[in-house]
Amino acid sequence: MFAYYLRLGWRSLRRNPLLTALMVFAIGVGVAASATTFAVFHAASGNPLPDKSAQLFVPQIDIWGPASRSAGRDLPDALSYPDAMALMRDHKAARQTAIYPMASTAIPQDPTREPFAVNGYAAYADFFPMFEAPFLYGNGWNASQDEAHAGVVVISRALNQQLFGGANSVGRTIRLDDHDYRVVGVLDEWNPRPRFYDVNNSDGFSDPPDFFVPFTRAIDLQTETNGNSNCYGSAGRDAGWKGWIQSDCVWVSFWAELPNRAAVTAYHDYLMAYASEQQRVGRFHWAPFVQLHDLMQWLDYEKVVPPETRISMLLSLGFLLVCLVNTVGLLLAKFMRRAAEIGVRRALGASRREIWLQYLAEALMIGVAGGVVGLVLTGVGMLGIGLVFDPDIARLARMSPSVIGLTLLTAVVTTLAAALYPTWRAARVQPAWQLKAN
Amino acid sequence: MSLHPILAALRKHKAGVVLIALQIALTLAIVCNAVFIIYSRVEKVNRPTGIDESNLLLITQQWVGAPSMDTPAGVQQLDSMLRQDLDTLRRMPDVMSVSSITSLPLLNSSWVGGVSLTPGAQTPGKNDIHTAMYFGDDQMVGTLGLQMVEGRNFNASEITNKGMRDQTEPSIVIVTQDLAKRLFPHGSAVGKVVYFDGGNAPSTIIGVVKRMQTPAVGWGDNFTWYSTLMPTRINATFSRYIVRTRPGQLDAVAHHVATALYNSNPLRVIDDDDGIKRFSDIRADAYRADIGMAVLMGVVCLILLAVTAAGIVGLTSFWVGQRHRQIGVRRALGARKIDILHYFQLENLMIAGAGALIGIALAVGLNRLLMSKFEMDSMPVYYVLVGLAVVMLLGQVAVFVPARRASNVPPVVATRSV
Repeated sequence: MFAYYLRLGWRSLRRNPLLTALMVFAIGVGVAASATTFAVFHAASGNPLPDKSAQLFVPQIDIWGPASRSAGRDLPDALSYPDAMALMRDHKAARQTAIYPMASTAIPQDPTREPFAVNGYAAYADFFPMFEAPFLYGNGWNASQDEAHAGVVVISRALNQQLFGGANSVGRTIRLDDHDYRVVGVLDEWNPRPRFYDVNNSDGFSDPPDFFVPFTRAIDLQTETNGNSNCYGSAGRDAGWKGWIQSDCVWVSFWAELPNRAAVTAYHDYLMAYASEQQRVGRFHWAPFVQLHDLMQWLDYEKVVPPETRISMLLSLGFLLVCLVNTVGLLLAKFMRRAAEIGVRRALGASRREIWLQYLAEALMIGVAGGVVGLVLTGVGMLGIGLVFDPDIARLARMSPSVIGLTLLTAVVTTLAAALYPTWRAARVQPAWQLKAN
Repeated sequence: MSLHPILAALRKHKAGVVLIALQIALTLAIVCNAVFIIYSRVEKVNRPTGIDESNLLLITQQWVGAPSMDTPAGVQQLDSMLRQDLDTLRRMPDVMSVSSITSLPLLNSSWVGGVSLTPGAQTPGKNDIHTAMYFGDDQMVGTLGLQMVEGRNFNASEITNKGMRDQTEPSIVIVTQDLAKRLFPHGSAVGKVVYFDGGNAPSTIIGVVKRMQTPAVGWGDNFTWYSTLMPTRINATFSRYIVRTRPGQLDAVAHHVATALYNSNPLRVIDDDDGIKRFSDIRADAYRADIGMAVLMGVVCLILLAVTAAGIVGLTSFWVGQRHRQIGVRRALGARKIDILHYFQLENLMIAGAGALIGIALAVGLNRLLMSKFEMDSMPVYYVLVGLAVVMLLGQVAVFVPARRASNVPPVVATRSV
């Protein structure tokens, strides 16, 4: 019977091609707008490390005092070098690492090749297991190499390709700026989006880093941070590198792995105790204030999802709503125009359910057609999003199976939802009244 | 014409009336806000930075094997390398002027500090004024095409150099007019003394430029026009140069500049993507999201208006078809074609009017929501009024075709199939 209704629906839709096209197009446009913006939103707000994000935390310490916040600032989103070192020394989390971004020049051993710019991070040994970085060859360095300030390096697959043609380069030497480093590991493709451990310095969607070196080594070599440094009220510090690392300038990111609730509470208590101690020794002249965000909270705190994405998401939902209302109106017009026909069917013994099913089948066809149109328009939208959103984010949004599925599903579900009222009205047509009117 | 028969007829089509009104209300709410977003973005994108933006080239390069910038000897060595580059660039054909520089408006790589009227403001408070600092030499003002409104430019003998981490403040500075007014609301700022970053060393303002935007994009809105020019070459492991070329020679210079620099000193890296940038590219990068947002909103508005118009056409056509016989009867009873046309036009005006009233409330509500969530401004009233006129007009245009068809129904219809 349902197949028959589909055939009836097809005939009815063909009878009024303009109106049908209008409905299909309205659904398609509405769905495509939503699907496109959703794909971007999803790309920008996804969880980069789903199985572990609830265990990774960023501590913040109020080192500038309430006066700084009254001037419109938030808590600093990084730590000063002395605080980061104190947290590393105390070692209260299961794993922890201080991180900062650095820019270097890679000097190929082949003197005919020109040096080129590379970006990387200074980190501790815990970085790799904590963030589940996958290795192609070798491994990360270990804690004793941190302590030894070892000249070792982990390089990306891309840099390995560039310098060693993709061969296993563990044990070989690379030259960054004026210093040699021994390769201990080569990472496989690894670029979490957003790059959560660096969102306080970058938008989180830029090209992946080329290398990682031990933090202790980078500090020995007085390597600059390539990220933000914030020096609120720390004028008059000593000159040069020594003054820099002793200052209250914040520029070191810090991450702690806290496997369970008890560990989180304990770590928070520890941070409070640390801040109280700083107050006691006269460094802070205010009550201790610390914060501990987990990974997803941190992305939110750092506003990683750009506001354009949210606004356009909101507006495209409004857009879908208008298209929905439009479809309700057109379907109602279309179905009620056939009130006489419905009257005849009802008089000949069709139940209300049968009528309802018949018109629902017709709506379903519009929904599916709208979905297909929507899919095509979403494809067009995907090509255009680079114009609207950050290209780094835009290239993440692709026609993935989930986007395709979502587009079709949204189209069918919204059309059926839109059809509920018109089909109900159709099913309620009084046969006697219709027959009499003719 | 009396409204009563129209109202009576509408009561029989409650669902259709409500749907059209709702659609018009939603369209009005979304279009008003979208147009307001477009306007805000366009206004932001169109504001001038204060520099003469044509024919400007920014070069960023990194030294290979650079000496330390924390020792006096290292700083002097870096400075001689930097001056050699300036010399190389100034000798290039079609180059008009060159300066070392630390950033540019809209570059989003900034050096922000506090400026105060009192020395040693260690813990800045609410009255702390932020300023973006541009470090360069005596050619900076000319190369950027800044307009001096008061005082004078730096001269060559006043230019100093320092390592990037050196906290020495310069003894003289140039500020923008906005910053000068903020610091010294009464009288001229020239000759006055200010203190930077809570330091104790006085800096005297020697000149005021009309306008210069800070490098900040998407933040720092509270000090967009508070820039300070410092007569200092900054020595670090990287350096930046701003080059003004002869008109029309920008591409030629951009093409040859890397080779010229490599020839003079090969121990450097100039990034292929970001090393050499035209100011027009910097501007495009800075405002990409804003322009994209404006385009997106524009497209959404047009499609939305089209969908709504199509919906009105569809539903009105249905009503015309349904009332075919009644129209015939009215015509037979003496109604003119124009009366039938006016009937449907008036009917649409009433529905659209009711929808638009709801739409105004929705538009204001949506604006409030966007204000609270996305730091948007309050929408001026005339947006809503213009939006109201647009949707009413849209309704009239959309209803015209089916109404015309209705007016063409011949009176003879009344006599058939009774």
